[in-house]
Amino acid sequence: MEKVQMNKKQEVEKMTDIISKFITLVSYKLPKDVETKLKELSAEETNPLAKIIYETMEENQKLASELKRPSCQDTGVLQYFVKCGDNFPLIGQLDNILKQSVYKSTKETPLRHNSVETFDEYNTGENIGNGSPSIFWEIEEDSDKVEIYTYMAGGGCTLPGTATVLMPGEGYEGVVKFVLDRMTTYGLNACPPLLVGVGIGTSVETAAMNSKKALMRPVGSKNTNENAAKMEKLLEDGINAIGLGPQGLKGSKSLMGVNVVNTARHPSTIGVAINTGCWSHRRGKITFDANLNYEIGTHEGVTL
Amino acid sequence: MRKKVLTTPIKDEDLKDIRTGDLIYLTGTLVTCRDVAHRRLIEKGVPLPVDLKGNAIFHAGPIVRDNGNENYEIVSVGPTTSMRMEKFEKEFIAETGVKVIVGKGGMGKNTEEGCREHKALHVVFPAGNAVLAATKVERIKEVHWKDLGMPESLWVCEVKEFGPLIVSIDTEGSNVFEQNKVEFNKKKEEQYELISKQVGFIN
Repeated sequence: MEKVQMNKKQEVEKMTDIISKFITLVSYKLPKDVETKLKELSAEETNPLAKIIYETMEENQKLASELKRPSCQDTGVLQYFVKCGDNFPLIGQLDNILKQSVYKSTKETPLRHNSVETFDEYNTGENIGNGSPSIFWEIEEDSDKVEIYTYMAGGGCTLPGTATVLMPGEGYEGVVKFVLDRMTTYGLNACPPLLVGVGIGTSVETAAMNSKKALMRPVGSKNTNENAAKMEKLLEDGINAIGLGPQGLKGSKSLMGVNVVNTARHPSTIGVAINTGCWSHRRGKITFDANLNYEIGTHEGVTL
Repeated sequence: MRKKVLTTPIKDEDLKDIRTGDLIYLTGTLVTCRDVAHRRLIEKGVPLPVDLKGNAIFHAGPIVRDNGNENYEIVSVGPTTSMRMEKFEKEFIAETGVKVIVGKGGMGKNTEEGCREHKALHVVFPAGNAVLAATKVERIKEVHWKDLGMPESLWVCEVKEFGPLIVSIDTEGSNVFEQNKVEFNKKKEEQYELISKQVGFIN
């Protein structure tokens, strides 16, 4: 364990530097679960055009890793999902650290400038702006650690995102219809094979948040609720059977999976939301202890 | 599936035997051109600062490294959703004489008509493969409309065997995505019937 006495300013700089480098890594290398799933899908594919697309993807990821360049040009608006211990020393500085990390990584990687101020309609040219990156917080009691998910979603797989509130009479059948309809209209343009996040809750914002959290869950993981897990499997098999294929140009499989995240609902409503992650699902998890020693949970054999 | 290299300037006869589903590669001039550039030309009537006749456009917003002295380098570049440009594309083809539109996903009726009437193609570069695409760009020749920011500027690229490009709309107006959609929708209805019988969780 590293034990170095640092003042707060130095600590802030150190953490900003580490997260900035982590964002760079996430921009050019996919997490292990996604890499593994893509290999599996590629091996199973039988459509000749789809096979060429998988070969192109493999070559691209190899080049991106070698050249340390963003594997997709759309490096998204950075999103963070933070679970911060109430005793983590930099809890008060964390928002700023996360924002500055994006700025720093944008210069150094470089990332694309993806922050356009609304109504004034100009690109800030810095990849940060009003409310961007977006940071979502959870506080953990009696902990001095912080767990941070970074996520880079491009415009293409952000576009299918949608939420609605169903009447209970529409039931989970209504949820199925809502998800399937979105796949054939928007899903095929969102760079399949997709990871589909489905959120269930009361209202649009609870469902939407759940659907994004679903995309942070590993590919191949299952909801702990038996019915929800059943729904994941039914939707996955169903969407695969539609036959969208990679890039929506037909193929044996169309998905990396369906992840459902659910919370309790008002008796009169079923909130449902969809978020899609493209094949280039650039998700990363990094955990810091109180001394800023870190551990990367999503990528193997990497150094920052 | 046939492979073919197209070199700009492209003439009508170069495209006449190319059909949807074919694989092509592009050599010559490819200009990034997306939302605002389309809107400026078609809605605002501002002339494009680069001649696209016989050339290709790329629905893309790249990451570019500025090396100073007007020297730029493409770091990553890949296609964005073409459907966003559907509203403008038919008129855009007519106005500019562009021959190949490189993008992602399908385009609609307007573009089909534009491709048929003015002999042009819409082709798909497999999206998300931005480093591979960048390595096929030999150099950036010019840049225009930098006021639009890095993604929306017109980056005039010299490319060599840029691809694989999958033909999605050909010069007869055949549209592979629209054809697929009919099949996808039919299968979706079948799947809905199947799944909805198994999710009666509310008792």
